[in-house]
Amino acid sequence: MVPLPYYLILSAILFACGVAGFLFKRNIITIFMCIELMLNAVNLAFIAFSTHWGQLSGHVFVFFVMVVAAAEAAVGLAIIIAVFRTRETLNVDRVNLLKL
Amino acid sequence: MLHYALFFIFAALAVGGALNLLIQRHPISSALSLVVVMGALAVEYLLLGAEFVAAVQVIVYAGAIMVLFVFVIMLLNAGEEERAGRSRVALLFGLPGLVLFGVLISWALIRINPASNRVAIGALHGPPDQIARLLFQPFLLPFEVTSVLILIAIMGAVVLARRER
Amino acid sequence: MNLNLWLIPVLPLVGAAINGLFGRRFSNKLVSAIALASTGLSFAYTLFVTARFFSLPADRIPHIEHYATWIRTGAFEVPFAAQLDQLSLVMLLVVTGVGFLIHVYSVGYMAHEGGYYRFFSYLNLFMFFMLVLVLANNYLLMFVGWEGVGLASYLLIGFYFTKDSAASAGKKAFITNRVGDFGFLIALFLLVKHFGTLEYGRVFEQVSGMPVEASAGLLTAIAILMMVGAAGKSAQIPLYVWLPDAMEGPTPVSALIHAATMVTAGVYMVARSNPIFFRSPEALALVAIIGAITAIFAASIGFTQNDIKRVLAYSTISQLGYMFLACGVAAFSAGIFHLMTHAFFKALLFLSAGSVIHALGGEQDMRNMGGLRTKIPRTFWVMTAGVLAIAGTPGLSGFFSKDQILWKAWASPHGGKLLWLIAVFTAFMTSFYMFRLWFMTFFNEHRGAKSDKREEPVHGGPADHRAAHANPHGHGHGSHGIHESPWVMIAPLVILAVLSVVGGYVGVPHALGGHNQFDQFLAPVFKFSAEAMPAGEHPASPAEGAAQHAAAAHEDEILMERLFTGISIGVAALGFLLAWLLYVKRRDLPGRITEALGGLYTAVRNKYYVDELYNAAIIQPIIQGSSRWLWRGIDTNVIDRTIDNGAGGAQGISDAVRRMQSGNIRSYAGWVALGAACIVAYMIWMGVK
Repeated sequence: MVPLPYYLILSAILFACGVAGFLFKRNIITIFMCIELMLNAVNLAFIAFSTHWGQLSGHVFVFFVMVVAAAEAAVGLAIIIAVFRTRETLNVDRVNLLKL
Repeated sequence: MLHYALFFIFAALAVGGALNLLIQRHPISSALSLVVVMGALAVEYLLLGAEFVAAVQVIVYAGAIMVLFVFVIMLLNAGEEERAGRSRVALLFGLPGLVLFGVLISWALIRINPASNRVAIGALHGPPDQIARLLFQPFLLPFEVTSVLILIAIMGAVVLARRER
Repeated sequence: MNLNLWLIPVLPLVGAAINGLFGRRFSNKLVSAIALASTGLSFAYTLFVTARFFSLPADRIPHIEHYATWIRTGAFEVPFAAQLDQLSLVMLLVVTGVGFLIHVYSVGYMAHEGGYYRFFSYLNLFMFFMLVLVLANNYLLMFVGWEGVGLASYLLIGFYFTKDSAASAGKKAFITNRVGDFGFLIALFLLVKHFGTLEYGRVFEQVSGMPVEASAGLLTAIAILMMVGAAGKSAQIPLYVWLPDAMEGPTPVSALIHAATMVTAGVYMVARSNPIFFRSPEALALVAIIGAITAIFAASIGFTQNDIKRVLAYSTISQLGYMFLACGVAAFSAGIFHLMTHAFFKALLFLSAGSVIHALGGEQDMRNMGGLRTKIPRTFWVMTAGVLAIAGTPGLSGFFSKDQILWKAWASPHGGKLLWLIAVFTAFMTSFYMFRLWFMTFFNEHRGAKSDKREEPVHGGPADHRAAHANPHGHGHGSHGIHESPWVMIAPLVILAVLSVVGGYVGVPHALGGHNQFDQFLAPVFKFSAEAMPAGEHPASPAEGAAQHAAAAHEDEILMERLFTGISIGVAALGFLLAWLLYVKRRDLPGRITEALGGLYTAVRNKYYVDELYNAAIIQPIIQGSSRWLWRGIDTNVIDRTIDNGAGGAQGISDAVRRMQSGNIRSYAGWVALGAACIVAYMIWMGVK
């Protein structure tokens, strides 16, 4: 029997990796993938708690998270494609036209 | 015993994949590492008795979303990341700080939950029919709204990625 | 019985409103019809009220009519209520009567002026406020009227508002009044604090239970502060400086407001508050001293003035001094008597001066007058009546009233020899400068310029018509020669002349064989002070001791009084002789005397430089202080800087915050992560707690 905290720690580590990549990587697509990593970490936590409390609604929630992640991935990648078309680069530092 | 072993092996796999995602310079390598992470997590879900979710994870997440990512990477012909100046400060303070932080959280988490609280593998089953029952009864509204969301996402993706005439 | 006293002030108010709001489109005839109707009706109704008054039983006087409650907080209440007793009746008759006559006169005088409707609207407004002042049954409502007449005075003095001097004069009047009002207000506060009410009846009831104060106390403070207010409104020292400047207004204004009615409001107020004053000998002494000094001071300035209206202005100040002197020696009814006769002859004098000015087409300098006796005889005769009255010619009204004051100044227990001496000397001076005016204006040869082309008169007179009416006929009667005023102007003068001659007969003292009905009539109002009145003028209440002792003292008193009457007649005659000497017989003398006196003459001529002194000591410091400290120091440096710094600070902060919007996605990401971390940390902390 694996104690709950272990799962949570795993989830935390994965989440931290996601945040680190999100902050430090320069390729837009890589950043996006880190977001997906974060979502996965969260999913793990949800499932762990769902099993802990003995309720299935955690599973349902994870299901929804996945669906939303899919939609988000689709739209996000579409945006990246659009940005790439205009800026000719995938370097996030060059996409800086939103400054004041 | 088996549970522990399985848990730790696949946990290590997941963490390794995550770290590799960070370290790799070429986005395609990062994408493939992410696929590894997802696969490892699917096994973790199985260990937790979430059969349906594990299946969906592999089919949808690793199978569709990551494929989409790979498609886009190849489409855009993304190259390696440029080498940028590293910050000594970040390396000196950030990394140990992060590790310390992580250890702290872990310790806190473990302390909060008494060791007697263990998760029984297979104690909870998440069979598809149960999930389906939940989806179509209490969670019907979110389910329907999510389908609308997907529709919107499809339309959005089509519009955004369209080539300008 | 309900006398509907409210009609008396409201009728002029209606006239003012109609003329003020719609008068611009009315013809002059309609405007004057409305104004005269409202004032005339008010006067008629006052006569009616007078008739009914005499059928009121004695215990129903004062007759109070309560209309509504104005203020009510806790136990303190101020009603809209009118009070009618002997004093207010006398004032009502004077105000409405003389006011109506002056309205009639103005129809003729202002006939060629612009702003005709405005003038009558303001004049009616003034009547309304003055009547509120007189009819009020409590100090606060009186104060409303008090302020209102100050406002009307400002509007009317500055009637020719395009002239700088007129506008400044209006301001000066209002501001000086306000200084006095400050004192009055503090007196009101003291009244509220200590008596809990402002209604005359209730205040005096409580006051009558208080003893006469031997040294300064509450009542003294209240009385002195009231005197400050009266000094402002009635142009006494030190707040008299606005009255000479107020001659910038049209002559009927000077007659009505600055001779007959508004300036007498201070005297009325002191007379009304006689229970308070009577119980404070120190305040009474102050009033008497101020009155006496003002009288002689103003008379001395009147000696040297060459503008006919200025002479009359200083004369008004001087005569007001007499009235305050009377109040100060607790001879309140003598003061009111003089108020009444003064209203008659001073209004007469001003209006006839206006007639003279009108005849000469705007000339006001007496050095350019002369020889008008034959040219404008009607004006001459009425003005003569006024001059004789004010100088104290025996038999005329001024003689009786002034004489009574002089006698009381000597004989009253609150009086004194010095006061009498000053008053007598002032009587001599009054006679002198009035006859000087008379001789210079009407006798000898005409010294005026013969040409049409006149320079604008120094003080806005009838010739100050708008530039649009540039036709020479306009009002420059020089081309027509000197002519008499129309009947609409002369008729009121005749009435006033008659009143000036016979008006004194209601107050003939016992010493000269009369019964002094006036004094007896007013006695109930002054009953708190009656017991101190010297015998001889005493109403029918034999409160003093043995009859024969009283009779013997009575005889002595009468002899003394007759003697004093003789002295005042002699003094008046002396003034006449001196004026005749200097201005008819030997007309070189004034010039030589002026040269001999040199600096002293210049000082008096320049009004003792009081205006300059006020300017240097008070006004300039205030202006400098205001502009340097309040404007530059505080407003610009402190307040504006604070706001500017506040705005600058906001700008600075927003500048700093703006750096967050760098356009760099990674920095955004960093901020988001930081925020999320904080929230998570907080939640962990809450959970761990």
